[in-house]
Amino acid sequence: MATTDVGLREGSSQAGQKPVVNNMSIQVATVNGSGSQSSNTVLLRSIFQMGVPVSGKNLFPSNIAGLPTWYTIRANKDGYIARKKEIDFVVAMNPETAEEDVMSVAPGAAVLYDEPLNLSRLRSDLVFYAVPYDKLVAPVCPEAKVRKLVKNMIYVGVVAKLLEIDVAEVEKAIRKQFAKKVKAANLNLAAVKAGYDYAAANLVKRDPYFIQRMDKTAGKIIIDGNSAAALGCMFAGATMVAWYPITPSSSLPESMIDYMKRFRIRADGKATFAIVQAEDELAAIGMVVGAGWAGARAMTATAGPGISLMAEFAGLAYYAEVPGVIWDIQRVGPSTGLPTRTSQGDILSTAFLSHGDTKHILLLPCSAEECFSMASEAFDLAEQFQTLVFVMSDLDLGMNNWMADPFKYPEKPISRGKVLSKADLDRLGGFARYEDVDGDGVGYRTLPGTDHPAAAYFARGSGHNEKAQYSERPDDFERNMERLNRKFETARSFVPRPEVDTGKSKIGIIGYGTSHWGLIEARDQLRQEYNIETDYLRLRAYPFTREVHDFVKQHDRVYVVEQNRDAQMLTLLKMDLEAALHTRLRSIAHIHGLPLDARSVTDELMTMEGK
Amino acid sequence: MATSTPDRPAPAPKINRIGLAVLDYRGGKTTLCAGCGHNAISERIIDAMYEMGVPPERVIKPSGIGCSSKSPAYFMGRSHSFNAVHGRMPSVATGAVLANRHLIALGVSGDGDTASIGVGQFIHLMRRNLPIIYIIEDNGVYGLTKGQFSATADMGSTLKTGVINDLPPIDTCAMAITLGATFVGRSFSGDKKQLHAMMKAAIAHNGTVMLDVVSPCVTFNDHEGSTKSYKYMKDHDEPLQEVSFVPAFEDIAIDYDPGTTIDVTMHDGSHLRLRKLEEDFDPTNRIQAITRLNEAHEKGEVLTGVFYVNSKAPTFVDLLNMTEEPLATLPESAVRPGREVLEQVMEELR
Repeated sequence: MATTDVGLREGSSQAGQKPVVNNMSIQVATVNGSGSQSSNTVLLRSIFQMGVPVSGKNLFPSNIAGLPTWYTIRANKDGYIARKKEIDFVVAMNPETAEEDVMSVAPGAAVLYDEPLNLSRLRSDLVFYAVPYDKLVAPVCPEAKVRKLVKNMIYVGVVAKLLEIDVAEVEKAIRKQFAKKVKAANLNLAAVKAGYDYAAANLVKRDPYFIQRMDKTAGKIIIDGNSAAALGCMFAGATMVAWYPITPSSSLPESMIDYMKRFRIRADGKATFAIVQAEDELAAIGMVVGAGWAGARAMTATAGPGISLMAEFAGLAYYAEVPGVIWDIQRVGPSTGLPTRTSQGDILSTAFLSHGDTKHILLLPCSAEECFSMASEAFDLAEQFQTLVFVMSDLDLGMNNWMADPFKYPEKPISRGKVLSKADLDRLGGFARYEDVDGDGVGYRTLPGTDHPAAAYFARGSGHNEKAQYSERPDDFERNMERLNRKFETARSFVPRPEVDTGKSKIGIIGYGTSHWGLIEARDQLRQEYNIETDYLRLRAYPFTREVHDFVKQHDRVYVVEQNRDAQMLTLLKMDLEAALHTRLRSIAHIHGLPLDARSVTDELMTMEGK
Repeated sequence: MATSTPDRPAPAPKINRIGLAVLDYRGGKTTLCAGCGHNAISERIIDAMYEMGVPPERVIKPSGIGCSSKSPAYFMGRSHSFNAVHGRMPSVATGAVLANRHLIALGVSGDGDTASIGVGQFIHLMRRNLPIIYIIEDNGVYGLTKGQFSATADMGSTLKTGVINDLPPIDTCAMAITLGATFVGRSFSGDKKQLHAMMKAAIAHNGTVMLDVVSPCVTFNDHEGSTKSYKYMKDHDEPLQEVSFVPAFEDIAIDYDPGTTIDVTMHDGSHLRLRKLEEDFDPTNRIQAITRLNEAHEKGEVLTGVFYVNSKAPTFVDLLNMTEEPLATLPESAVRPGREVLEQVMEELR
């Protein structure tokens, strides 16, 4: 048993190497459907409970069981939670990928592997630990059927011992993970202990990685972006949800069903919402448009292929001026693309979704906190501007677990926009649905069912005049389209403003969404490693606000960093900026489907800087 | 005083039980062709809504795209309308009814809008038994694009150009019954009496009403060789029953012979009376209804009447267990949980 370790034990000259504390990335390679998600979450939570900033990224196949899956946990004392390009600690559980997993890491990394895989023969510049999982799992899990699942919990124990993670924290994490299933919790705990004890008795620590207690996660929560969005929508007062299952968005409405059932059923047992699983995305958006027209706070969640299908209705909502909120949890396209990988590839197609001159408000959350807070903003903007608002999340944000500050209760009262009641109509005598009474491009609407003979209007996607009557007159059409443009211009001053850090450099960086996490780290790398200071603007919405124009003007070179091939946000910026500024924009674009890492940005930016 | 009657007050305008005149149910001037069946259907809608005393402000008129779907502009101008996108009216109607469960939805579609581009949404609307009156103004042809066959055109029927339809038609009624609609019938825009009674019964029904109304297109499909022409319908219309309707608010006991007439009590207490023209046809029997429709196809008849009624099935609104107050107008206090709820959830996530 563990003969390789005996050999290595003799050479444990690494005793003198400098310990690396709270700064590592652990990659667990398993087979999809083997229950590794629970093990990985427990490991992530244990580190989080030790007070160490942590992030977890699941790199999974479009498959239910059998294909390889990787989970990367990054612990970082400085709070960097982007994906780290370099892997420091590999847990190789998948025979199919084990050799490749080992060959791809940098020298000095540690590898924990299933003994029969005999991986230590592959390289001499890594630290290997062999664990006989099958031998360990049998005594703790008499039931052969679930051994495959429990086996994964053993590596949690081994890793806990090697990294010196407090086993009490692991137990706490397991109790949380298996909440009400006490038997399952005990079984998994036994597996952790088996791994821990094995490591204590048989493995000699030779890698430099350690987790030590800090206090940087106190009070924080762990949540995935889709659940955060679901909570946000519940507190935003969403009343109608129509959806069609599609990765990576399904967990948003599913999480919403759970929360709404708990907190939005009144004392009399009646629901203050309707959630409908539609027959396809066309029906989902159709229901949203119907409900929004009739006065509900209506929403759906989807991904790229669904966005494509929603195009026609998006144009109707734009032109008939119907509010609604659409969450696009972006994944890699075109077409089916990589359905389980992340991307920011829907920016252009969504900004102009549908035919004719159509444009939409986009919100760009980068964190779980913003998934929560932007939900309320999205609904308020949708009703204020009587239009669709798209919240452009992505798979990385939506489906991965993120550390977050506790969400802030929405302080702003719900704003329903310009809606005329029966009393208003009694006073006014009537109204013209598409008249720009206030000069902001936004007309007044009535809800179907308003008990007044003058309340009704004819909503339509065909040409219409101010009174919502059918019209093919060129002047009516032009006037209406100009007003819609005016409305969009008004929205500029109401959408979330960007986060700006400027005034220190002639080099600017513009990013948005989850790219943010790689970018803040890349800026530190540029400063620390190359002594290059950069300014930064994180976009939070389209249309762009004044600050975006100013930022480009203030910088000689502006790197627009995004996760798509065609520099989509940069293209959108060019449409908005004066031509003289176009040459200042440079694109750093990534399309590999993995969350953006800092190192890639730093390297590429340095190359483009000619250094 | 030999002259007529200058001092006599003008006769009081005729009003319905909620004090409205027929005029209050009228809409804009039609822009459809003179003689279009759709205009006759609009008239029947106006009459039925007026006679049933439906408040027009509670009615919504969603529609798809096509000649049929333009028609909501020509009736009930005091009701909100939504002329949506081609074939997708069912989803718009579903969203609207869920937003406000007290709305009375009268959806207008055509045969192309329903049986071709919209067949997917049509199917799922029928499955859900959403409270809605769904009318297909069925002329077997695309009018606005100048006369192409639709999917309800009969096999062997011809276009004006002589082109023969060689694909079988979709029977929207048989499909609706199979899928779960709870009031299904077919009528003819030219049969004023039958359509009038069926329309009133439709208003009284709680659930999905699917009415396929054959409505000849005078411009593109009223020629020899068409099976959706006025002449063809006059020759082949085969009514299953004589349909009459006694609304709940008209407290008149009209005798009927149970041997020859089927009485169906509607959701609101109204009565649908079907005088049998065929022995043994039971409109509460789904299987029989579908079989009879298939037989009609074999025989080349255009069967009309009420094919299926089930006034007890739960609707989609019932299934969703929503508050009585419309979701659309729930106050903030009802839709935004309190601070303590957020606190509780945050604690669970720590």
